[in-house]
Parts: sequence; structure tokens; C-alpha cells
Amino acid sequence: MTGPLSGVRVVELASERAAFAGKLLGDLGADVIVVEPSGGHRTRTYAPLSQDDPEQSLWWWHYNTSKRGVTLDLDDHAARATFRRLCERADVVLEAEEPARLAALGIDYDDLRDAAPRLVWVSVTAFGRSGPRAHDPATDLTLLASGGAVWSCGYDDHNLPPVRGGGNQAFHVASTYALLGALTALLHRDRSGTGQRVDVNANAAINVSTELATYEWLVGGLEVQRQTGRHASVLPSLETTVAAADGRLVNTGVPPRSGTAFRSLSQWLDELGLRDEFPEAFFLDLGAQRAVITSAEIAEDPEVMAIYGAGREALTFIASRLAAYDFFIGAQERGLPTGIVYTPDEAFADPHIVARRFPTPVEHADIARVVRYPGAPYRFSRSPWAISRP
Amino acid sequence: MLRAMGERALAGVRVCDLSGQLAGAGATRFLAAFGAEVIRVEDPVRRGGWDILRGGRPYVDERRGPELGGAFNNHNVGKLGVTIDLRSSRGRDLFARMVAVSDVVTENFAAGVLAGLGFPYERLREINPTVIYVSNSGFGHAGPYAHYKSWGPIVQALSGLTATSGLAGHPPAGWGFSYMDHMGANFMAIAVLAALVHRNRTGEGQWVDLAMTEVGLALTGPALLDATLHGRPMRGEGLPDSNRSESPAMAPHGVYPARGDDCWVAIACRDDADWHALAAVIGDEWAWDGRFDSLAGRRASEGELDHHLADWTRTRDRHESAAIIRRAGVPAEAVQRPSDRIDNDADNAAWGLWPSVRHPQIGEVRVDGLPLHLSRTDWHMATGAPMLGQHNREVFCDLLGIDEDEVADLHDAGVV
Repeated sequence: MTGPLSGVRVVELASERAAFAGKLLGDLGADVIVVEPSGGHRTRTYAPLSQDDPEQSLWWWHYNTSKRGVTLDLDDHAARATFRRLCERADVVLEAEEPARLAALGIDYDDLRDAAPRLVWVSVTAFGRSGPRAHDPATDLTLLASGGAVWSCGYDDHNLPPVRGGGNQAFHVASTYALLGALTALLHRDRSGTGQRVDVNANAAINVSTELATYEWLVGGLEVQRQTGRHASVLPSLETTVAAADGRLVNTGVPPRSGTAFRSLSQWLDELGLRDEFPEAFFLDLGAQRAVITSAEIAEDPEVMAIYGAGREALTFIASRLAAYDFFIGAQERGLPTGIVYTPDEAFADPHIVARRFPTPVEHADIARVVRYPGAPYRFSRSPWAISRP
Repeated sequence: MLRAMGERALAGVRVCDLSGQLAGAGATRFLAAFGAEVIRVEDPVRRGGWDILRGGRPYVDERRGPELGGAFNNHNVGKLGVTIDLRSSRGRDLFARMVAVSDVVTENFAAGVLAGLGFPYERLREINPTVIYVSNSGFGHAGPYAHYKSWGPIVQALSGLTATSGLAGHPPAGWGFSYMDHMGANFMAIAVLAALVHRNRTGEGQWVDLAMTEVGLALTGPALLDATLHGRPMRGEGLPDSNRSESPAMAPHGVYPARGDDCWVAIACRDDADWHALAAVIGDEWAWDGRFDSLAGRRASEGELDHHLADWTRTRDRHESAAIIRRAGVPAEAVQRPSDRIDNDADNAAWGLWPSVRHPQIGEVRVDGLPLHLSRTDWHMATGAPMLGQHNREVFCDLLGIDEDEVADLHDAGVV
């Protein structure tokens, strides 16, 4: 293994909540040993399945790359002794058990820290280990609901329910904090010689990952309202996810603010022969005369507000006249940040993603297939990220 | 938060931080909360305006201006701030002196911008052989789109996160906030910390190139494997349908109406036991319909099941119904509004999730805390975002050893 965490040993108790944290550690080169009960952890049965084989869960595959596996029934006395020995030889223990379960078994951090003072112990729970709600049941959906993400996602029509964003992101968010905590404590341990416990609260993690919904309230006492395909907002805003001429959706991003960008937009209208159909082009030319417009000016100056609005409208208008991909490329080549709404598999096949070799082949000997996995979220120049085993 | 404040986990780590917005500033914010010395470098010519959040909403009162933006304050708590004009040769000299004494250099400009200012990785390494350089951009520093630019919602669109969020029969709803700015920031901070672990063990610095679209794709999970392995389409009739749960398969699973205007409750039955417990709470005849006994049966009649359940939740208060269902051991939560979870949530309050910080102009204001506690060296937040050039003297004189007259001269020349 070559990653930056090469030489770091992690003992992970198999879980739904923190499996992603274990994968991130393993793909960064840590030696991750995942511990399951002898019957296999229940996430081994999670859909989707490989070729409908109930013993080949793609969920399990995805979240358990770069890990070795052992089975231990922690209700058994001898197995607990083995677990202790494993932990005593580890740098990090990662677990997402219900609070108090491990303490009842005599194998919680407090039971091991005297024997393993250098150990970093990461607990990932739904509501923290000791808060008033420590024992409440939760899933990805209910965490995103209580944590505020769901409130911000959905449609202009508030008769439709708000939406849970796809992909079990509550566990992803919690897992990134598990990793941040583990690495922070590890750096401190390497300097001080002393480990500690990291208590990660998934519900709190969602609460602090909702961007302006939180600080509009904290700072100004205002609540955002959800809108279709764009930021939930205190003040209604224009659409940013709009249909291109081929019916596919594009994202028009944050409207231009620099004079250069307004000039590009104005010239693009000319190149497409569309100026006469877009009367607000006048404001683009006013924008082109300025170096930059700031948030403060947009809030204060009506002319700047009109320039800002015309930038957004121009992008929407041009999108309606071009195929989605042509709009995306055309805008970006002119320095105007925009996007195309891909499904994940379409994104996987995008020329840029392919050229960067992001899709990562992993050999699955059991089904005699090479399966392409999502690749490196970060490229380390000296200690490369890698999927070391399926 | 008062636990072990004397000892900071990341004490001794110095970050020369060119990053901003949320995707960059959010990363170094985490490091600062654990005691790293983060020195944010801003452009005096544009008065820090590259970061669109500087001076932007929300505001505590009627005052406006570059120091008064609430989002900027939130994302930059605990950092020092200096101004350097990197277009000028004196500014570049000054910056090089900062790089020389820093462990980490961070930025989230479009690819090529820092190199264009004279500081590609090769130059940073020449100044400081063990420096860790983390660049965070939409598309990474190589590949056909390397020079393209992005924002959170663009990344979400391009990585599949927008298309996979929504209700069946409607266009994608996407994410109503820059989810990827939070995750980009977290992955950027992970990159910094992992590179520090590596440097501390080997003495080697390195460049970490982070592409936000790739971070986004790394979050699309098992459904992507299903598509690449089986060719299962991710676009089509009935998709997306993300209030339901395919992976793992659960039913009922959704967001249901509650009593009151725009009030909703989320309910998830993980297995048959959860369903039977929920049926007992409901107590209506329909809930005992034998078709609903198995997961397969509930999924086959999911529309009907959701309809019944919505009729039950519709007449009840969202907090009350969620609490009754949870007491039966079944996951359920009100869809909490900001006011609910920030001002009326005892659990978040007990965690210390909304600490107050002090900003010289904004005053005392609450900010996002962190969702983890370390038992020995916990995070700490007390001071708000730096004002433009607030720590120029402290950093240039005390840290870099430049004399006060020269700093005054740099100031007069517009370099700082």
C-alpha cells in the first residue's frame, strides 16, 4: 500500500453508518480490518445485488474496498479477548454501535485505554454518545429530516413534500467527520503519545452541513424556503436548473459578476445572432463597463441589481437555444461557469472524467469480472490513493 | 467545548490559506477550530472581493460592507487575515516568505490561477521542500475541462447528485443548497490532514489535487456500480424517486404531510419489525392488511401504503407523531425548519452546536459548530472572521520579521 496513511492500522466494526469512513481510510492506504459477526454483517444483504446474487451486495462491495475482513462474535467471551488484542495493536478503532452496547460487553474505549493509551477511538452515532437522544432510532432519511437538509430540498410547489437528496448522504457526511476526527486525533497522538476518543454525531453533522439555511437563521433570524432545482432562499430567486433546446437540463450557476464575464456573454449573444431577441443585452453592456460587481453593491444599487439579473437571464435564454452539452462547453470556454445535469453513469462517461482515469477498474475474481468503481476524490502526488483490494 | 482547551490538537501547524467561498474556507475553518494557525491571504486591490461571500448576506442589522457578511464570518472563524497583492513583485516576495514558514498552502482558485501568479507547485517546493500544497477546483488541474470553473450547484449537476434527488413524476429537485461545498471542504481538510500524517512519518511534502466533480462522483455510491456492472439505467420513467429507499430496500419510507402549513414528517421502516411496530401505533384496520406483512408486499403496494400513512400523519402534529413512532422504536423525525433545530432542539443545544464568536464589527454572533467532540483536545471557536488585513502587522512583523517601516511602506505602495 502506498497511500498517505500507509502504516496506520484501523480496526473497524462493520456498520452501515461508518462503512464509508473505513473505505476512505483504506483507500488512503491504512490497513483496515473490518470485523463482522460470523453470519456476516447485515449490510452484505443490501440492494443493489450483483447479478441478483443475494450474497453479492454492491452496497457491501462499494463501501468495503481496501479492507481485510475477520469474523468475531462479540457476545462470545473468547472473541472479545481477540477483539481486545486487535484493538491494542491498532492505531484507530472505528465503530458505529448503539451507545452503551460495547460498554455492556466490557470492550468500550474506557475498558481498553489503559492497555492501549495511544489508541484513537472513533464512535459514530446518530445523536452522539451521551446526549438526551442517544438511544433514538435513525436512518439516513430521518437524519436528513431532523438535521435540516430535507427542509431545503424540493420544489417551488409546497404542496409537494420536501425531498431527501439521494445516495445515503447522511452517512457520507458523518463519515467525513469521522475521518477528520480520526486524523486530527492521530496527528495529536503522534506528537503527544496519547490517544483519545472521538465522538461523532451524525445528526449534528447534517445540522452544520446545510449552508445558508443555518446562518440565515443564526445571523438574521430568517428562514429559507425551498425552490425547484436551486438554493432554498429567503428571497425568491430565478431558476438555475433550466431546459436546454434538446430537453436536457443544465445548471446556469452563479450569475456573472466581472466585467469580462458580461463582455463574454454579450459577445456570445452576437455570435449566435440572438442579440435582438434579448432586450436586456443593454444591461450586459453596462456590466461590461465595470471591473466587478460585489454582493454589497447588488444588495444596495438598483442598476447593479439589474445588471446581475440580466446575466442570469442571458444564460437561461442562451441555454434554451442550444443543446445541453453545447451550452455547457460553450459557456465554460467563454469563462462562464455552468454545468449539465448528468446522471452518475453519464458523469462517469464524460470525456473529462474518462481522460482523468477516474473510473477505477477493480478485479472481482469471484465473478470473473472487472468492475469500474468511482476513483480518487483527491490525487496525492507522492502517496497515491488506491483501491488495494475489492 | 471547554474540555481541555489548553491543549490544541493541531497546534504547531501553520496554513498559508488562499482559499475562500465555502468549499475552501470550510476546510481551513476545521483546522483552525482544532488549533492550526490559519493565515488567510486576501487581495487588497479587490478588497477580498474574489470571495463572493465577503460582504454578502445574511446581515445582523442594516449595516452593509465587506466586513459585515454573515456567511463569510461563519466560514472564517478563528483565522488570521492578511492582504497581499500577488500581481506585484514585492507582494510575491512577501508571499514567498510566508510559504517558507508554512506547513500547508491551500487554495481553491480555478486550476492554473496560482501558477499564473508565479506559484506552481514546483515553485512552492523550491521555497519550502516539505510544503503540502492542496488545490481544490471543480475539475482538477489536468484534463480537457481543467480550465473550467464551478460552484457547488454546478458540481452537483455534473456529478449526478442533482439528477438523483427528486420525486417520481417530477423533474429533479436537486439539492437546495451547496451540499458539495460542504463535502468539498471536508475532503479538502481530509487531504491536508492525511498529507500531514504522511509528512510527519516520512519527511515528504506533496501536492494534493482535488477535483470537486470527482468528490461528488465518489458520493454516488452503489447505484453507480449497478449502472456500470449491469447497464441499469439511471435516467427514465419514475426516476429519481429519492424519498423512497432502494439501497437498502425499505418501505414505508418517505416524507408525509403533517398538520399545519408546510409541515412534514419523515418515517422509515427498516424491516418487518419496524412495520409491525408502526402498524400497532396506527391501530387502523388497513395497517393489518396481510399484503403489508412482508417487505416485498409493502413495496409492491407502496403507493397505496403511502396514501394510507399520509392520511394518518396529515391530522397530527409532526413533532408529536414522530415522537410516538420513535417511542415504538421506529425511526421518525419532523422535517425540522431552521428555527426548530437551532432554537428549539435540546439535543443540539446540549452538544454546543451553535457557539458564539466575536467579530470586531459584526459583534457577537452564533456560527456553525462542529459535529464531533474529542475527549482530550476538543475544538474551540471564539473569534469571528478576520477583517481585511487585520493581522498584517502581527504576521508580517512578528512572524516574518519584517520591520514596521517596511510594512508601512508596503501598505502605502498598495502591496498589502
